[in-house]
Amino acid sequence: MASNTQDAAHGAADAAHGSAPGMPQLDFSTFGNQIFWLAVALVVIYLILSRVALPRIAAVLAERQGTITNDLAAAEDLKAKAVEAENAYNKALADARAEAQRIAAETRAEIQAGLDEAIAKADEQISAKAAESEKAIAEIKAGALESVKAVATDTAEALVTALGGSADADAIAAAVAERTKG
Amino acid sequence: MGKIFFYAALALVLVSGLIFAPAESKLAIHPMDQFNVAALFGDHISWYTPTNVTLWMALAVAAVFALLVMGSSRRAIVPGRAQSVAELAYGFIYKMVEDVAGKDGVKFFPYIMTLFMFIVMANFLGLIPGSFTTTSHIAVTAVLAALVFFTVTIVGFVKNGAGFLGLFWVSSAPLALRPILAVIELISYFVRPVSHSIRLAGNVMAGHAVLKVFAGFAAALGMFSFLPIFAITAVYALEVLVAFIQAYVFTILTCVYLKDALHPSH
Amino acid sequence: MEGDIAQLGQFVGAGLAAIGSGAAAIGVGHVAGNFLAGALRNPSAAAGQTATLFIGIAFAEALGIFSFLVALLLMFAV
Repeated sequence: MASNTQDAAHGAADAAHGSAPGMPQLDFSTFGNQIFWLAVALVVIYLILSRVALPRIAAVLAERQGTITNDLAAAEDLKAKAVEAENAYNKALADARAEAQRIAAETRAEIQAGLDEAIAKADEQISAKAAESEKAIAEIKAGALESVKAVATDTAEALVTALGGSADADAIAAAVAERTKG
Repeated sequence: MGKIFFYAALALVLVSGLIFAPAESKLAIHPMDQFNVAALFGDHISWYTPTNVTLWMALAVAAVFALLVMGSSRRAIVPGRAQSVAELAYGFIYKMVEDVAGKDGVKFFPYIMTLFMFIVMANFLGLIPGSFTTTSHIAVTAVLAALVFFTVTIVGFVKNGAGFLGLFWVSSAPLALRPILAVIELISYFVRPVSHSIRLAGNVMAGHAVLKVFAGFAAALGMFSFLPIFAITAVYALEVLVAFIQAYVFTILTCVYLKDALHPSH
Repeated sequence: MEGDIAQLGQFVGAGLAAIGSGAAAIGVGHVAGNFLAGALRNPSAAAGQTATLFIGIAFAEALGIFSFLVALLLMFAV
């Protein structure tokens, strides 16, 4: 019977360990041993912690806190610098804009002056040309009137001759002058 | 596809359970065997014999050393994993001491940290299957609780003199009730180390014993052994939680008792 | 099952004492449930009171531990 041998082994183990049946926690023969080793373990842990681990971790935490504080201060500095730079930039931008407007106005005035001058000159030239042309037209007109008179006289003379009369040059000239007047 | 494999595996388990089931299945559960103290060499146990208690306490010390000393050895500003856990443990206990026991309790911080680290490491090492759980023994937890009890009592009397007895004299109660309350307070004061120690040992021992009992069921049930195995998984998860919470509770009660010693006014 | 009447008494007494563990469980449930109710009403105050929660649970549990102790003593020490 397997279970019987197991039980027997179990009982033997119990017997080897002393009095308590079933509950090793109440086996007082092992208490001295446990307490001794517990004391050793606690003292060792206490020494490890108080001599090495805790000061080191505290130092690391303090150092980190310091670093964070420093970094925050540096960040604050940089932020102020950034604001300053932005202000300078805005000022430069405004200055540049004003300058650009000034230059544009100046240029515009200059161009306007040049333009005015050119227009005046062109007007002058145009009026001169117009006067010349009028004169030429008047001359041409006068020439044309002369020609008309001569042609009319010749035509009238020829007509009178053809009709069998004798052409009186003076009378014809007077008649043509009278007709062409109106 | 996955489903088919799952059913195949389940069928295999059931069939093998049928084949390898013990011909004579009888409950043979010895849940307390895991708590036996045994000498590492030889049979006789005297107070200095190296036993499995020695082994597992040494492992707990090594674990504390590994976590808190080797973990923090790089002293990095941006911590790695081990250093994060070490700093977390440090900050957790430091804040607990400061919040519960007050500013003047901070000088007991290394002492309380020692208790916490030992208990939490011993509890977690005890969760390794086949290991020995030192904190499941009343002898161990009773020494821890007695250390706290005597420290607190001595600190209370040194700090406050006879004024420490004001802890038992409830000045806010009606005068006629005060002697009765004083008796009750006195009893509860002396019961503290008992509940303090048995809470830890009892929780750890009960959890481990339950695991062993379920394991015994698994051995006896043959093809249905997967049921207790699922239960063992669930209880084990609970035990992981208990391992931490009991260390936490032990530590915070130490802080509460320390606060009573430092500021005994009721 | 061999044994004597004293052993019967021990085992029955241990079983009865174990009822106290269940009672302690009710107490712990009350503490945790009330904490949760309060924490849901005022979640911002809950984080600062977890220590109080565990102290309350520990005190409620202490009395259950005494019944557990009685059961253990009846089973193994008497």
